[in-house]
Amino acid sequence: MNDFADAIEFIFTSRESNTGGVQVGGSQLLDLLWKHLEISAVSMLLAILVAVPLGLLIGHTGRGAFLAQFIANAGRAVPSLALIAFFVAYIGVGFTNVTLALVLLAIPPILGNTYIGVRQVDPGVVDAARGMGLTEMQVLRTVELPLAVPTMFGGIRNSAINVVATATIAPLAGVVTLGDPIINASVYGDAGRLGAAIVVAVLAVLAEFLFAALQKRATPRGIRSQDRRAQQVRPSSRKAPVTP
Amino acid sequence: MSAATLEFRNVSKRYPGAGEPAIEDLSLSVPAGEICVLVGPSGCGKTTAMRLVNRMIEPTGGDILLDGRSVLERKPAELRRDIGYAIQQIGLFPHQTVAENIATVPKLLGWERDRITARTDELLELIGLDPHEMRDRFPSQLSGGQRQRVGVARALAADPPLMLMDEPFGAVDPINRERLQNEFLRLQGEIGKTIVFVTHDIDEAIKMGDRVAVLQKGGVLAQYATPADLLMAPASPFVEDFVGADRALKRLALQRVRDIDLWRAPIVQVGQTVAEARAAIADSDLPYPLLVDAERRPLGWLSERALLGERVTDDLRSRAAPIVEMDDILRDALSDLLAHETQYGPVVDAQGRVTGVLSVEVISHALAANAPSVPSASERVE
Amino acid sequence: MSFVLAQVQLRDRSQGTCESRNGFCPDWIADNWENYVDPAVRHALLVGLAVLFGFAIAFGLALLAHRRRGLVGPITAITGVLYTIPSLAFFLVLLPVTGRGITTAVIALTAFTLLIIFRNIMLGLDNVPEEAVDAAAGMGMTERQVLWKVELPLAVPEIVAGLRVAATTSVGLAALAFFAGAGGLGGEIYADLTFKSNIVVAGGLCLLLAALFDAIFVAVERLLTRWQRAVAT
Repeated sequence: MNDFADAIEFIFTSRESNTGGVQVGGSQLLDLLWKHLEISAVSMLLAILVAVPLGLLIGHTGRGAFLAQFIANAGRAVPSLALIAFFVAYIGVGFTNVTLALVLLAIPPILGNTYIGVRQVDPGVVDAARGMGLTEMQVLRTVELPLAVPTMFGGIRNSAINVVATATIAPLAGVVTLGDPIINASVYGDAGRLGAAIVVAVLAVLAEFLFAALQKRATPRGIRSQDRRAQQVRPSSRKAPVTP
Repeated sequence: MSAATLEFRNVSKRYPGAGEPAIEDLSLSVPAGEICVLVGPSGCGKTTAMRLVNRMIEPTGGDILLDGRSVLERKPAELRRDIGYAIQQIGLFPHQTVAENIATVPKLLGWERDRITARTDELLELIGLDPHEMRDRFPSQLSGGQRQRVGVARALAADPPLMLMDEPFGAVDPINRERLQNEFLRLQGEIGKTIVFVTHDIDEAIKMGDRVAVLQKGGVLAQYATPADLLMAPASPFVEDFVGADRALKRLALQRVRDIDLWRAPIVQVGQTVAEARAAIADSDLPYPLLVDAERRPLGWLSERALLGERVTDDLRSRAAPIVEMDDILRDALSDLLAHETQYGPVVDAQGRVTGVLSVEVISHALAANAPSVPSASERVE
Repeated sequence: MSFVLAQVQLRDRSQGTCESRNGFCPDWIADNWENYVDPAVRHALLVGLAVLFGFAIAFGLALLAHRRRGLVGPITAITGVLYTIPSLAFFLVLLPVTGRGITTAVIALTAFTLLIIFRNIMLGLDNVPEEAVDAAAGMGMTERQVLWKVELPLAVPEIVAGLRVAATTSVGLAALAFFAGAGGLGGEIYADLTFKSNIVVAGGLCLLLAALFDAIFVAVERLLTRWQRAVAT
């Protein structure tokens, strides 16, 4: 348990690095944290901007469903490490490249869940909306989108956690995030490595709670009590998986 | 074939927190081998009462005796294996074949495989399905009517002394429902089980029951009597209301086509001499010749032109519809006649052969002749 | 970084011009593919064990929660937290406790799968048609018989779906297992991050492994649910 004590201490107190010359730990972690959040937020934003409209479109028109399902399924299996490494090997290091990799990582769950969210809307409701004279765009905006929000948010939540987790290995590509003490443990020491791991874990759990709360807020009040079953994880030939 | 007696003795069911009891002090007795129908409006407790018998719901007061022995003394699972159970939504196991579904209780009871197979095939034939074709099918491959029948077969599988049936024909369209009801009554004629049958449809109750228990809200027994008594002497305004203003017409449900005297049919075949044909017509109760095939199955009513030459031709005036069966109840037969806008129709037996002609006149004649008395339960089902 | 590299061979890039150009080199792959076999097998082992133990634990939890619905909330919450913790962090946090090696990696990976599998088992059980359960109980099956003969068989599709997701996602996560000293294809990737051929092969093997697990579970499901594909005649 000494290790944990040391790690906790690392989190809160600044000290000189093992290799000398640089301060690590304590408030220095805040810089890393900031970088971590920055790259995560940017990547999530871009991923949402790409995946949500695409998912809504595919879900609404029903065309390209196979593509959505395939991306969602295949995306799950890609190791984040391989993705980062791929970009390092083929494009190089840097903030932009890592962001690109993270965006690609974040798209599949958002795309898959958005698609399913729209598909799951009661066809009778959509039919009624059309019958009342709403245009396709209006149907999508005022009926399908709100009803798809819970499921869609589930995907965003999942992606957010993945992105936060993967940003930990961003130092491999030259972006210094909270993963630096882990990747470059020789500089920070064992206590640093463990301390950073703890911080990342706590960060992820906090993000989860945050997004869960956001999800609840964004869910239209009328369907709030409805099945959390709708957010189940099930890959099948019929539907793209909904990630929890 | 075994049949048990069933007795409700001051049975009550009260749910915690509910103002009114679901069942209050219900007492009735079902003799062995009879069908007792529990009927009443929504919420009267008829399904609850039925489910008390096999303890899917536990009574809060009173007792239920199966062959004189309290059901409360037995372990629920063991008790239920002795009672056939057929519910409204059928509840066939989607992941098992028809044969496996039917074999459920025998397997629970530990029957040997051969005995189970034999019994399954026997039951499939009993319900009118070909064992070889159907035993390995899955429920998803069956029609609604077929599923219903398999559900009944499954309930009968271990030859239980008592059967509980909750709207077993409810999930089927009216045409098939009628057919299923007739088949079931025919079956009951052969096996003679004690059955508690729940329905919300008074017409079904009258058709199916040897005795009918009309329940009011709270499981209160408004009347427990034979269908005839129910129709002719309702015990209270509630019963009168529930049975319906047309209870005189409902008496038509009490008799079958086979119970009344039919007109003789003027049967004629293609190729017969016209002289023979005219003789057959004269000998019958109807001036319109009925064309049949070699097996005496009705093909249609002949036109005048068919009798113009030397021999009878197949020039039809109209088709033979509606074709009435011997086992049809008068109500259904009359309704068929009226639906086809015709006054008469050929009556056929189980093999499809003509046995006579039914007309509206025949029915009204029979009703008038039989006014005060109707056939007893045992006579109604052959 | 030394502790990581200690269990990983450095890629040998001295062999030809293709490698030094850092292109995609089929020849190099043909020569060196054997080096990937052990890590791949190890990778598969990690995932296999994780899914196995995850299933065992989640199944037990589901049986408990099936009887006592009140447990669903707490179990979901706890397994949810385990799911949320990034696997890398999990590996490292376990290191002081369980040391370096397969054990640590398997524990963390197993913990990750619990939520997915548990939720899917519960979903499967919840989706069993009520009337089938009612009929089964009414015909005289005990609670346990109803569970094993009716509910669980009908829940198989959902359960296998959960296992599929758990397996394929674990393949991705196990790529980081080398941080816990457990080997796996991640180590190969890490050994030479800038060599394209290496990344492609190691990454490709990961995808292949995921597809393999996926196919296995699909086959298992087909085996167990003949009844779902019965065509209405």
